[in-house]
Amino acid sequence: MKVINFMGQRHLALGMSAVLLLVAIFSLSTRQLSWGLDFTGGTLVEVHYSESADLKLIRQTLDVGGYAGAVVVSFGTDRDVLIRLPQGHADTEGTALVSLLESSSEVGVELRRIEFVGPQVGDELREQGGLAMLMALGMVMLYIGFRFQFKFALGAVAALVHDVIITLGFFSLIGLEFDLTVLAALLAVIGYSLNDTIVVSDRIRENFRKLRKMNSLEVINISLSETLGRTLVTSLTTLLVLACLALLGGAMIKGFAVALLVGVVIGTYSSVYVAASVLLLLRVSKDDLMLPVKEGAEQEDLTP
Amino acid sequence: MLNKYPLWKYLLVLAVLAIGLFYAAPNLYAPDPALQITGESSAQMIDERTLGRATAALEEAGIDHFGELIDESGRNALVRLRDPEQQLVAQARVQRALGDGFIVALNLAPTTPSWLSDFGGQPMKLGLDLSGGVHFKLEVDVNAAMERRQEYFETAIRRALRDARIRGIVGLDGDLSVVARLRSEEDREAARSLIAENHPELTLERAGSGEDWTITASMTEQMRTEIANYAVSQNLTTLRNRVNELGVSEPLVQRQGQNRIVVELPGIQDTAEAKRILGTVANLEFRLVANLDAPESEKQRFEYRSDERSGSFEWLERDIIITGERVANAQASFDENGRPNVQISLDGEGGTLMSRATRNNVKRRMGVLFIERKFRTRYEMQEDGTEKTVQIPYDERKLLTAPVIQSALGAQFQITGLDSPLEASELALMLRAGALAAPISFVEERTVGPSLGAENIRLGVKSVQFGLALVVLFMILYYRVFGVIAVVALAANLVLLVAFMSLIGATLTLPGIAGIVLTVGMAVDANVLIFSRIREELRDGRTPQMAIHSGYDAALSTILDANITTLIVAVILYAVGTGPVKGFAVTLSVGIVTSMFTAIIGTRALVNLYYGGRKVRTLSIGGV
Repeated sequence: MKVINFMGQRHLALGMSAVLLLVAIFSLSTRQLSWGLDFTGGTLVEVHYSESADLKLIRQTLDVGGYAGAVVVSFGTDRDVLIRLPQGHADTEGTALVSLLESSSEVGVELRRIEFVGPQVGDELREQGGLAMLMALGMVMLYIGFRFQFKFALGAVAALVHDVIITLGFFSLIGLEFDLTVLAALLAVIGYSLNDTIVVSDRIRENFRKLRKMNSLEVINISLSETLGRTLVTSLTTLLVLACLALLGGAMIKGFAVALLVGVVIGTYSSVYVAASVLLLLRVSKDDLMLPVKEGAEQEDLTP
Repeated sequence: MLNKYPLWKYLLVLAVLAIGLFYAAPNLYAPDPALQITGESSAQMIDERTLGRATAALEEAGIDHFGELIDESGRNALVRLRDPEQQLVAQARVQRALGDGFIVALNLAPTTPSWLSDFGGQPMKLGLDLSGGVHFKLEVDVNAAMERRQEYFETAIRRALRDARIRGIVGLDGDLSVVARLRSEEDREAARSLIAENHPELTLERAGSGEDWTITASMTEQMRTEIANYAVSQNLTTLRNRVNELGVSEPLVQRQGQNRIVVELPGIQDTAEAKRILGTVANLEFRLVANLDAPESEKQRFEYRSDERSGSFEWLERDIIITGERVANAQASFDENGRPNVQISLDGEGGTLMSRATRNNVKRRMGVLFIERKFRTRYEMQEDGTEKTVQIPYDERKLLTAPVIQSALGAQFQITGLDSPLEASELALMLRAGALAAPISFVEERTVGPSLGAENIRLGVKSVQFGLALVVLFMILYYRVFGVIAVVALAANLVLLVAFMSLIGATLTLPGIAGIVLTVGMAVDANVLIFSRIREELRDGRTPQMAIHSGYDAALSTILDANITTLIVAVILYAVGTGPVKGFAVTLSVGIVTSMFTAIIGTRALVNLYYGGRKVRTLSIGGV
């Protein structure tokens, strides 16, 4: 097997991560996320026209009908139309809006879905989502610290934070809507990226114990080279199904699939470069991983 | 190194797979569109004649139907239809033929054969995003309930002090407590012991000096939680009653968190109608039973509500003493002789009104009316010849009970002479359901049309199929025989996943399907780990049998660590998330567990079966 000098490029990789992170944070602080209905509250109506829908006409109808400020966009196909009302409209207005469209349209209009979310729910969700994310990170750090070693836990969490911020930044930059399913996807990214990081860490630990003569950089390079095949194959199979989901799964699941696609790519990269680089930064060495010699096992008892 | 499993391990894998296939099988039988007919009151029986009228209406409209059945309880009838498109028309026809006394609901009747259902086999439930329907989230205004209780304490304390001739000012404090200001320390001590005796449930704080002595009486934390819980569960009961009236099959009414209630109604699309019915609150009226010689213009006739006394009635006065808004609480209890009774507490104003009305009417009887909003259906011919259904609301007033007034009543009194503890708890329940519950408001509403639901299923299944096909292709090309083994394990994993979800009665949602797709992608990971280990061992010069053995061994701890951490994330998702996130978390965590079984034990069984116990020169595991 050929050992690839991954860590030789680590400064370049760290530079790239830093740039990505800066772009993500900059975008998040200036453009913010385009929060979906789940978080902002408001009303959303999806209708299906039996022929391709005239968005201009629909906007006009809504303006005249007293729904100024309604956002009308096509959704998936040119027959499916998504209408968003800002917060402040009563919860009964979705149904009224649909009957207005029905009566003003010459072609058939079919209700697909109405969603109304009150303002108090949205705020709570944001809190809950953030809390879930922090809890997940904390628990994972504890588990890895317990199973491996504290430096590995720091490396893994650094990789996770890296992945989450960059994925969020991607959503902010592209202007994709961030709703509840995307939040779920983000947590799944945490799960996935972690999976990758653990497999790599596991091998690093094993090699530190096996290859005692080598220095830390060599050990990490060997471990990464050994696991590279597996990392690529698993990422590939996961990306294959996610691509299917993004292309075939329909508009309601697209955000979810895109978030995971981005997250899996970033997660694969970060388990190689971020987690392992952090280990080197923290000067991990074989002493961190030697099985502890039981204290007192060799001592003699001194009893009066 | 022989790589042979003992026989019991092979049998175990086979048995798990067989059980999995068995419990996954019900999902293969598509349910029939159906109508479910029930009586308006839960005790009403459905007879053959009613069913005959329903089927006659269907035949007249030319709608194909079959498998009519009245269930064992005799309270439910089911009519299956051939064409789902006709379900709505059929419902309207049958409802019209049977009239207002019956509820005709849309239903999906399972077609699970009895050899499956006898052993608990059932198909997965579909979430609203797949079946279509309405999802409401309501919030109970718990603070309003607490404020009402606080006002009750304020009035009670003020009256107690006045009756004991202790002079002072009693008022409300912003922080849900009552403050009494008194002139001297002696007065304050007297007031304190009086309040402590009357209301042991309040915590009292003393302060003051000079001319200003105060006691602050506040509700304990425990009491506040109790009031909040009470307000929510009261609304829950009321909502359940109303939902049953809507005639939806398999509705869900569930408490969520501190003060929220989730209502899910599959199949319903007229949200305005549903909300109107859910939003109306039942109420109570307390009125005196009319004297025999009272003129017709001053009295009204009411029937009893309970089935045992149906048909009998009482004449009540037209004047209302109090309504349910004044009722703070009603609880079943026992008196000192161990006989069941119902304790009723009114708020301050209610107590005043009640004592004024009962003071001079001891030994007369008082009736308690339960008022429900109901709907009558009328059919109107439109100008263009189509028929329109009009729902006309009306209030139904029925008598709960009419006990004798034994003495002048105040804010607290009890109804005694009940036959059993059961009767007491039922009466208390009705009183609570009728009393104005803490106000509720809609904070979330999601409606999914049936066509979108069907499309979501179609697209979901399609992406699972394509994703699976691609993974299968890749694995076989890359890992050859081992790839085939991994693919078999993957298929078994899907079967087990579906079986497990069906068995625990989990609900499948769109994010749930996404979870399955993701599981397909990630489930092969364990096998990829094992197979790359085996390749490494081969490269290091081990014999094939040795390589298989140590490959599985070495990969095991990695797989466990990786999966347990992912499981931690999934469990947190489930605990913190709501709705769609929960659905995703369920499939993800079930998928992780089943994939560990199939990918480690399942593939090993196949590998052992194929390579084990013989001399092997090379392994078909792709380029080493």
